[in-house]
Amino acid sequence: MSTIEASPEVGHDEHGHDHDHPPFLAHHFDTPEQQFDSGKLGIWLFLVTEVLFFSGMFCAYAIFRALRPEVFEGCSQFLNTKLGAINTGVLLFSSLTMAWAVRCSQLEQHKGLVGTLAATLSCAMIFLGVKAIEYSHKFGMGLLPAGLFAYDPSNPHPDPAGHPPYLAYICAPFALALAGVLVWLVVSAVTGNKFQFAIAKPLSVVCVCFFVGVGLGTFLESGEESADHVDVHADPNGLATASVMLEAEESAAADAAPAIAASGAMIPVDESVLEILATDPTNVGVVSGLNALEQQTAAAGTSTVTGDGAILGAITTTEIDVMTPTTAGVFFSIYYCMTGIHAIHILAGIGVLVWLLVRAVRQDFNRQYFGPVDYVGLYWHLVDLIWIYLFPLLYLIR
Amino acid sequence: MSAGSLPSGSQVKDPGYPTPSENYLTNSKGILSWIFTLDHKRIGVMYLVGVTLAFGVAGLLALLIRLHLFQPDGMVFQGEEANNWYNQVFTLHGAIMVFLFIIPSVPAALGNFLVPVMLGAKDVAFPRLNLCSFYLWVFGALFFVSALCASGLDTGWTFYTPYSTTTDSSVILATSGAFILGFSSIFTGLNFIVTINTMRPPGMTWFRMPLFLWATYATSIIQVLATPVLGITLLLLIAERTMHIGIFDPEYNGDPVTFQHFFWFYSHPAVYIMILPAFGIISDLISVHSHKRIFGYRFIAYSSIAIALLGFLVWGHHMFTAGMSSLTTIIFSALTFTVSVPSAIKVFNWLATMYKGSISLTTPMCYALSFIFLFTIGGLTGLHLGTLATDMHLHDTYFVVAHFHYVMVGGTLVAFLGGVFHWWPKMFGKMYSEAGGRLSAFLVFAGFNLTFLPQFILGSRGMPRRYATYDPEFAGLHQMSTYGSMLLGFGLLVALFVLLRSVGAFSRFGLACGKKAPANPWGGATLEWQCTSPPPFYNFERAPAVGDPYDFSDLEWEADEERYVTVEPKREVIPEEQPKPAPAHAEDSN
Ligand code: HEM
Ligand SMILES: [Cu+2]
Repeated sequence: MSTIEASPEVGHDEHGHDHDHPPFLAHHFDTPEQQFDSGKLGIWLFLVTEVLFFSGMFCAYAIFRALRPEVFEGCSQFLNTKLGAINTGVLLFSSLTMAWAVRCSQLEQHKGLVGTLAATLSCAMIFLGVKAIEYSHKFGMGLLPAGLFAYDPSNPHPDPAGHPPYLAYICAPFALALAGVLVWLVVSAVTGNKFQFAIAKPLSVVCVCFFVGVGLGTFLESGEESADHVDVHADPNGLATASVMLEAEESAAADAAPAIAASGAMIPVDESVLEILATDPTNVGVVSGLNALEQQTAAAGTSTVTGDGAILGAITTTEIDVMTPTTAGVFFSIYYCMTGIHAIHILAGIGVLVWLLVRAVRQDFNRQYFGPVDYVGLYWHLVDLIWIYLFPLLYLIR
Repeated sequence: MSAGSLPSGSQVKDPGYPTPSENYLTNSKGILSWIFTLDHKRIGVMYLVGVTLAFGVAGLLALLIRLHLFQPDGMVFQGEEANNWYNQVFTLHGAIMVFLFIIPSVPAALGNFLVPVMLGAKDVAFPRLNLCSFYLWVFGALFFVSALCASGLDTGWTFYTPYSTTTDSSVILATSGAFILGFSSIFTGLNFIVTINTMRPPGMTWFRMPLFLWATYATSIIQVLATPVLGITLLLLIAERTMHIGIFDPEYNGDPVTFQHFFWFYSHPAVYIMILPAFGIISDLISVHSHKRIFGYRFIAYSSIAIALLGFLVWGHHMFTAGMSSLTTIIFSALTFTVSVPSAIKVFNWLATMYKGSISLTTPMCYALSFIFLFTIGGLTGLHLGTLATDMHLHDTYFVVAHFHYVMVGGTLVAFLGGVFHWWPKMFGKMYSEAGGRLSAFLVFAGFNLTFLPQFILGSRGMPRRYATYDPEFAGLHQMSTYGSMLLGFGLLVALFVLLRSVGAFSRFGLACGKKAPANPWGGATLEWQCTSPPPFYNFERAPAVGDPYDFSDLEWEADEERYVTVEPKREVIPEEQPKPAPAHAEDSN
């Protein structure tokens, strides 16, 4: 704690308005260090909440990957590794420019700060442009969350006329933003408003970058087309192994099923105990549990009861085909949830970066006051870091 | 303040500086000065009004439920839709009480007012974030109300799948509301952690903090760590309902038990969000009104942190019957027992504090005593539920209902009331009628026990929870419970009346308002009793003398003026690290 030097005496005629209370220092703080420390601790705590927020989805990923590894292996082949890798590179680079921006603000290099912030923003836009290609391509193929899953292996690329122009939908808001910024650029140039022009200029580059990303994505996706899809569609290997594994799992499920049937069985349940309990007709739960148990046993031809397989059993499916909504959907559900929420964080990051850009043009930051750049920087690194985990988990591990 | 020293690019809009005769309530006027206030005290007061309203609504719903259960086949809701109505009413009661009242009650209402003052700071670290979290609370509350209007929610406050993915009531609206409220809670917690870490004035070391601050700190840790998990859970639930992502919904091969794990990973720690600040209040109340140093300060402080951390490891005890493996249930059961250790440490320390103290049976103390009794019952019955074999029998019965009402109503609500009575003179500058206050404490205690003690018996005899009708053999106990709830409601109204009367709400009916409160009516040694009642805008007119928060040796009762004064500056005022001579000892005068 570096805050001791402040005088504890704050007479009501001063109220912290001493001469060394610079304009950027909020009233309730005593010193710039106290303000900076508070902000820094605040943003770190916020990042902790972000990590925990994502952790829920990482848990979901882990649970379902453990339950249905074959689905994850099969489905991750639909993700284009090249696009993912490009995006990883772009984000890593943006982290570099962001760190650089923090340095610029500390050194009062105002031009450099605007430049590095604009570079960070441009990378964010490229990332989104590439993501737009990935998303629209998968939407078109019907690779959607479980409830909407419509992929048809015999017709992997349905006629584009048959579904909405997804890419256009995603691009529309960005096109509008680009148009708006360009108009702003022209107006501010014509009216000679230097300040606004200085903001609009980098922003127009930033908006163009979205379409650079789209172009990049289109190029790579088309190059990939043949190779990647041979992988999935022509080579039945993935699916074949998957169904073998599923069969094995199915019998495990049958083993486990009676445990659930004997509802709430925590400890291995001896059937005879159940029978004794069931002689009391008020034990409705036991009676119906026993009935279910008998049915299950008859169906599965086994009387082993393993309490520990209960959860596993509850979920495993008897479907053999990986490419049906109920099985494959969950991979894409998790894919869209994780990358979608990550993309929302990128959008939020773009928002705060634009705010920083405006303040940077206004030259708000100096040696003593660069907190906001630092805080946004930390946030940006976290968003980057989360992607660093998403990329291998979703795209690479097979 | 020299003219023109107010910087133009100033970040905080100043509502104007108080003259010594002004306080935070009077230093700026008009509704806008409240709506846009950044003053933690005003935000605290707005929360107080908000949570009281929420409590009123949910309380009326509770009375409706009890009234319905007066007869075995139901008294209020009749006809074919009776069960649906019943489900919707208890859901709203529970959800509003949990998300809108009990979670924000102590931390957001009392905490906002007290944390900076007790700490000796001018405000919380992020005043705008603070106001933002209040409006998020309002916004979330509106979502809940609209969920009520759109089509009654009937999932229970737990939103369990698969029912919540199939029912056609307004789950999405309600979960969005809870999601927003979660952010409100996170921001409050984040703000307090930062405030306590970085805004402590010179001399305020960690172990000079009042125990209320320790408890708030522990609570804030849980709010920051657990609430995001609820956020993502509810978000996935919304996604499940809109897109059928197949994570929780068995129809799409999801796993409903996963939802329970996610939900209780938040919601068990959340019960400590509800109770820890109450512990903090009680520690302060017991010590001040026994006029004796708190026994085992460090143990109480550390046990709050221990509860906060251990609380993350026991969520499984809500799911003993959900089909976990036997090993898992045994581990969760064992961990559950460990949490009760720090809770018991606190109870013993409170008792030891009172031992040989000179106890004044003021209203806050009556509430504090009633808290100790009720919380102990609530905590001990938690152990019955944490025991695997008994929980098989007791799960989802009225025993659970009684357990959590003993800890949440008998614990948190009673402590909240005790805290409100304790700090009311500080907040609004008026003394209330002691007789009235004590009467309310007694009525609440009696009514509460009459309501919930029978429910333990009901539950152990097998009366399941969440049913609109019951077997006639339970009628007697249910009727007792209903009578009790009315007494409880009456007691709460008395409390409300006593408090409102003291600030002159009924003066037009010829009921005089209370006497002006002195700076230190109870003889507390924490910093909030050094500033005037109500405090000025920046809390302290001169830097408070930071000392031992539980050293009452230099406080003496001044009978003529009915207030405590500091007799002799025995206390060490500013620590060694501070070379400056201490400012004149804060006398107790305006
Ligand atoms: C002293 C330690 C405590 C222990 C050992 C404990 C144990 C338990 C257990 C095992 C259950 C599950 C019962 C069942 O559903 O079968 C339960 C339920 C519950 N407890 Fe506690 N508890 C404790 C303290 C608290 C506190 C302090 C609060 C809140 C302020 C609380 C609030 C609740 C609630 C709300 C439920 C019911 C949730 C629901 O199903 O709707 N408990 N408790
Ligand atoms: Cu619990």
